[in-house]
Amino acid sequence: MKFGVVIFPGSNCDRDMIYVLETIMKQEVVELWHKDTDLQNVDGIAIPGGFSYGDYLRSGALARFSPIMEKIIEFANNGGFVFGVCNGFQILCESGLLPGTLLHNDNQKFICKNTFIKAQNNNTFLTSLVDNNKALKIPIAHGEGKYFADEKTIEKLHQNNQIIFKYCDDEGNVSKESNPNGSTENIAGVCNANRNVFGMMPHPERASDVELGNTDGKIIIDSMIKTLISKFE
Amino acid sequence: MQVNLEAASELGVNEEEFNKIQEILGRMPNFTELSIFSVMWSEHASYKNSIKWLKTLPREGDHLLVEAGEENAGLVDVGNGIACAFKIESHNHPSAVEPYQGAATGVGGINRDIFTMGARPIAQLNSLRFGNIEKDRTKWLIKGVVKGIADYGNAFGVPVVGGEVFFDDKYNTNPLVNAMSVGILKKEDMISAISKGVGNPVYIVGSSTGKDGIHGATFASADLTENSADDIPSVQVGDPFQEKLLMEATLEVGKTGAVVGMQDMGAAGIICSTSEMSEKGASGMKIDLDKVPLRQTNMEGWEILLSESQERMLVVVEKGKEKLVEEVFEKWDLNCKIIGEVIAENKLYFHKNGELIAEVPASELVLGGGAPVYDREYTEPAYYQRYKKFNINDIPQPSDINEVITTLINNPNIASKKWVIDQYDTMVGTGNMSTNMPADAGIVNLKGTNKALALTVDCNARYVNADPEIGTAIAVAEAARNVVCSGARPSAITNCLNFGNPYNPEAFWQFVGAIKGMSTACLEFGTPVTGGNVSFYNQTMIGGKTEPVLPTPTIGMLGVIDDKKHQTGLSFRNKGHVIFMIGESKNDISSSEYLVSYHGVKESPVPFFDIKAEHKVQDVVSELIKEGLINSAHDVSDGGLMINLLESSMLNNLGFDITADAEVRTDAFLFGEAQSRIVVTVSLSQEDKFIDFLIKSKVPFSTLGHVTKGDIRIDDKFYGNITDLKEQFNTALEDKINK
Repeated sequence: MKFGVVIFPGSNCDRDMIYVLETIMKQEVVELWHKDTDLQNVDGIAIPGGFSYGDYLRSGALARFSPIMEKIIEFANNGGFVFGVCNGFQILCESGLLPGTLLHNDNQKFICKNTFIKAQNNNTFLTSLVDNNKALKIPIAHGEGKYFADEKTIEKLHQNNQIIFKYCDDEGNVSKESNPNGSTENIAGVCNANRNVFGMMPHPERASDVELGNTDGKIIIDSMIKTLISKFE
Repeated sequence: MQVNLEAASELGVNEEEFNKIQEILGRMPNFTELSIFSVMWSEHASYKNSIKWLKTLPREGDHLLVEAGEENAGLVDVGNGIACAFKIESHNHPSAVEPYQGAATGVGGINRDIFTMGARPIAQLNSLRFGNIEKDRTKWLIKGVVKGIADYGNAFGVPVVGGEVFFDDKYNTNPLVNAMSVGILKKEDMISAISKGVGNPVYIVGSSTGKDGIHGATFASADLTENSADDIPSVQVGDPFQEKLLMEATLEVGKTGAVVGMQDMGAAGIICSTSEMSEKGASGMKIDLDKVPLRQTNMEGWEILLSESQERMLVVVEKGKEKLVEEVFEKWDLNCKIIGEVIAENKLYFHKNGELIAEVPASELVLGGGAPVYDREYTEPAYYQRYKKFNINDIPQPSDINEVITTLINNPNIASKKWVIDQYDTMVGTGNMSTNMPADAGIVNLKGTNKALALTVDCNARYVNADPEIGTAIAVAEAARNVVCSGARPSAITNCLNFGNPYNPEAFWQFVGAIKGMSTACLEFGTPVTGGNVSFYNQTMIGGKTEPVLPTPTIGMLGVIDDKKHQTGLSFRNKGHVIFMIGESKNDISSSEYLVSYHGVKESPVPFFDIKAEHKVQDVVSELIKEGLINSAHDVSDGGLMINLLESSMLNNLGFDITADAEVRTDAFLFGEAQSRIVVTVSLSQEDKFIDFLIKSKVPFSTLGHVTKGDIRIDDKFYGNITDLKEQFNTALEDKINK
């Protein structure tokens, strides 16, 4: 598969995403510069984490106005696969491609640590190979990661099975104690109604290299690639 | 402004120096020139009171690619064609008056030192010292400093992989904020901080210049006083987003082959980089200050020259290749302006509004050139002999060991630093190999090779205070021990020397002792000094009384894991593994956290330390790791053996059942901090082989006991389950900060 990894000024997980897709997963990867308007015929797009444009206004608020985002919105609206992690998730919410928004963590601090998440259904790009009953150890690293949406939106997410991941403890219990940032219903990742745009706050690319002693995230990346391949077959 | 001795002394220039300036120029300097000399000859930029001693440190090794002080950071060959640039630096004074910005710009400055050499930073560490945690001021300082480091480093995108946080009354008003950055590059891609080639254009790139941080270097070279807060304009303001762009652009421009030399602008701004680069290339520069992009109007020439606005670089470009450079900075939307050119004469000419406003010889300004070098007096303080009179027999043995354990795990110096660490991005870059396997050093993957780096910062300032020479040798030894325990070999060090006023002979005695101890230990462990930073004047005048900080020579050590399969963690792995101590228990509680915080005894000598025995212990642990005979290794340090064992238990919720050594007092066995001890675990199937190996090595060792499912037992007495102790250990610091 040919992936495009978007680079905004201030992106800082772009190289990590490229490393996983290209070196570990052996996929073709092109860099999509924020000023570009050519998506170079990619099969899927990954928007990495970081602090796009410094995130001085609101996380992801400026990135949505970049030339590349216009094209990505078009791509997504035509059914193209788009996947945002952390700041990428925030950008997708700001762009209106995903429902809800990301607020400051409950403790008003940046939090970086290993968390556990559980897939809510395995009928999506990101979860086709994931065991729904298994707690995956995936790290978070954000100051604004508290997922929030109004009740009506949350209801819709449930109806359409759009909630992809929830924070849980190491045994898979979804509880208040296992919610690291105050996210509504422990939500860690969602998709759009058409199921082609995905966003999550935890970083699967940080848990995909056997040399780091944790490959739970690789299952998610693997699912993404395999499902995408099957879609193109 | 009138230039006379009074004006000079207001800028921190003494009479002798003022006369020397006139001698060098052959005339009276104007105000701009006087300002130039004042910052360049400040302690911070010139090392005038320390350089004589720094030159006695061991600075040679086949693996060093640049000599200490030659470039912005040390550069070490780690094999596979990869070089590692690393350095530690202080930002103490700015952090004391404005903790958030002070700490943030400290992080920015040290990272610039690394990427200006063409290296991409891949890891950061920091070493922090604060006052009594019960004080509101301390809580304000630690919250600000940690948030400053976090906000800057997280956005910049380099993981924090190690560090230390320590509290003591002696730092009440003068915290220490030492930041270390580590970067890697291909050996042949190093960019030098040199200016040469007559006619080559000189660029300023990055942020615009404003009035922030003017005279910051001078500010850093004086005692903090009650009025220091008035100097807040001397504190710079950081912008990690600009820094990130500047780094990407810098690394990209390095690949164009158009760059002759480059240096970041930190202390003393434009004047520092123009003079240092020129001195190095034995050339000069003609600079037009009207070309410098400004963020404020009405800036005087001297203000532009001295401004410490962050996120800027000076770049000398090969004539004819300007376009290659300008295109890169345009891509990253950064300023990139020619402000002058290289000239043959070793002089700096600064113009403003068409007029020559300063004309100074480049080399005369800088360290190793004409900057003053002083020989300071030193005398042994009375406390040194007094501390040695301490007798362990005067200290009663505690009746309740449990009470000591509770005291220690709730002590902010011992308790988990989770509250701090969780605020730092420790995983960006996907290179931190310690996240899921904590070790005594931070381990960073060298992707695409079989190697990894092992990094640590260490200094127990209480030991250094008790005996500067031995205490500093211990700091180096502990760093080496941490590196060895994690499966690496010690390679080289950088240092950050935080001391009191150098004009105070007793403070300077501590400095001299520290240098001597560091030399001894660096020679012993084969870890040359690649560079670093000296921070004097860390003391505060309160109501007329001077309070120096504890002498704190922080050691930042680089180690190399030659084969990733040697990576070793500090955590117990399985129930039933046998626990051994390599090295010897001693009847010693000197300078231990136990003695200080449980018994309230602050005056005692440095703990037991034999450098030769230490080296043997380290060598044997290294061999054990290579032979695959041990499952974990953790050195005994602050809090003693008990804390060591608890730390090893926590990750996997295991415990331990041990027997105390009858030869020493129980409190010394459990809580003493005698050096050169490493606790290792061995699986039953390897036990015989392990014992044979150690007997042959002739290094002393003893069996402590075995790993349990979670219960903690000493001499068959139950001391609770690890989960209960872990909860206290993990929350104690946060509770105290939020109280």
